[in-house]
Amino acid sequence: MSDGPPTLWEWFARNWDTGRVGSISNLLSDHLVMSLVPIVAALVLSLPLGLACVRFRWLYQPTSGLMNILYALPSLPIFMLLISVTGLSQTTVIIPLTFYAMAVLIPSVVDGLGAVPDHVRQSAVAMGFTPVRRLVQVELPIATPVVLAGLRVVAVSSISLVSVGALIGQGGLGMLFTRAYQNPFLPPVIVGIVGIVLLALVADGLLVLAQRLLTPWVRARRAS
Amino acid sequence: MNWLTDFFGNPENWTGPGGIPMRLLEHLEYSVLALVLAVLIAIPLGLLIGHTGKGGVIVVISANLARALPTLGMLVLFVLLLGTASILPVIIPLVLLSIPPILVNTFEGIRGVDPELRDAAYGMGLRGGQVLGRVLVPVALPLILLGLRLSAIQVVATTTVAAYVGLGGLGRFVIDGFATKEYASVVGGSVLIVLFALVVQLAFTLVQRVSVSPGVSQRIR
Repeated sequence: MSDGPPTLWEWFARNWDTGRVGSISNLLSDHLVMSLVPIVAALVLSLPLGLACVRFRWLYQPTSGLMNILYALPSLPIFMLLISVTGLSQTTVIIPLTFYAMAVLIPSVVDGLGAVPDHVRQSAVAMGFTPVRRLVQVELPIATPVVLAGLRVVAVSSISLVSVGALIGQGGLGMLFTRAYQNPFLPPVIVGIVGIVLLALVADGLLVLAQRLLTPWVRARRAS
Repeated sequence: MNWLTDFFGNPENWTGPGGIPMRLLEHLEYSVLALVLAVLIAIPLGLLIGHTGKGGVIVVISANLARALPTLGMLVLFVLLLGTASILPVIIPLVLLSIPPILVNTFEGIRGVDPELRDAAYGMGLRGGQVLGRVLVPVALPLILLGLRLSAIQVVATTTVAAYVGLGGLGRFVIDGFATKEYASVVGGSVLIVLFALVVQLAFTLVQRVSVSPGVSQRIR
């Protein structure tokens, strides 16, 4: 294959860092930005909203109903509709992905806080914990495994969803798919798919690790 | 708003093979086709694995992996590998991507049935298949239907993206309009797809209301 089209590895090595905008390393960093920002933003927004839904029960039904509806909206038309507001920018991809992530995370936060046993909460009150300290030191740690489980789903699906953005020119590694389709050639597709799946696996692995570090008692209990 | 009146007010958009009614039917056709094929594969498999309890780990791992697969990449991959002579290369990834939600939820639904309930059914003299059909499936139905709804959402979205690799359906307005800078078509098509997705979501919610046994959903005690 020395004179034929480049093999997968040759293509990858040649395009990894060409110094131009479309090189794989640049696409990878775009991809990271467009998937990490929604994950973090959704977590930051979902915690207070989830808390509010737990405190004020009547809020949960309408919130989860709205989130269910948002979750059902296909990403491509939403990107297209947002273009008139935010242009052909990364923001256009980041905003819908944040809402999809919130649709998964808010119920996780609510379920997680709901999993705090009543006797534990009452013990904390009896020990003189103020509401804020009780939340930070007792309730949130107990809710952590459930929230992290939701975060794992969110991380993996956000990373894979970014690629649809390629259809508006903002797809991170997904740009490899449109490039490969316009100029029929297999290596970019394979590099794109493998890259995105690897990225998702790394993110998932990191969250599993975070769970072990943040909730050591889960393992301790299992071991005993 | 001008874009919307331009798009929906243009009589040309309502007739012929490229008109709204035909594109809507195509979208429905491909979505239903993919969903039905996914159901035919995923539900029996999920019932089997949930009922026998074997292979559960593989299901969960492969479903998580499948969630990481980029839809656009899968569509381009299959089209480059198999060509565009038929719609098969596009339907295969559509089906593949809609299997995991149904499979996982069916499996989890059956697995999650209270063991005492299952034992009681066996104790009453029901055989394996009867226990599955008369007790396990009705009790697991809410989760199975949730899987179907998630899968349907996924299929509608993926069918839209599939317009990029040449499939018909409502995605055509969006993809073609974007390529030719006819933004009325892009915006109008997007609105149509959003409405379509909402109707699908609503339909599945209604099916869930109607078909889940009152005893299971606790509407009647």
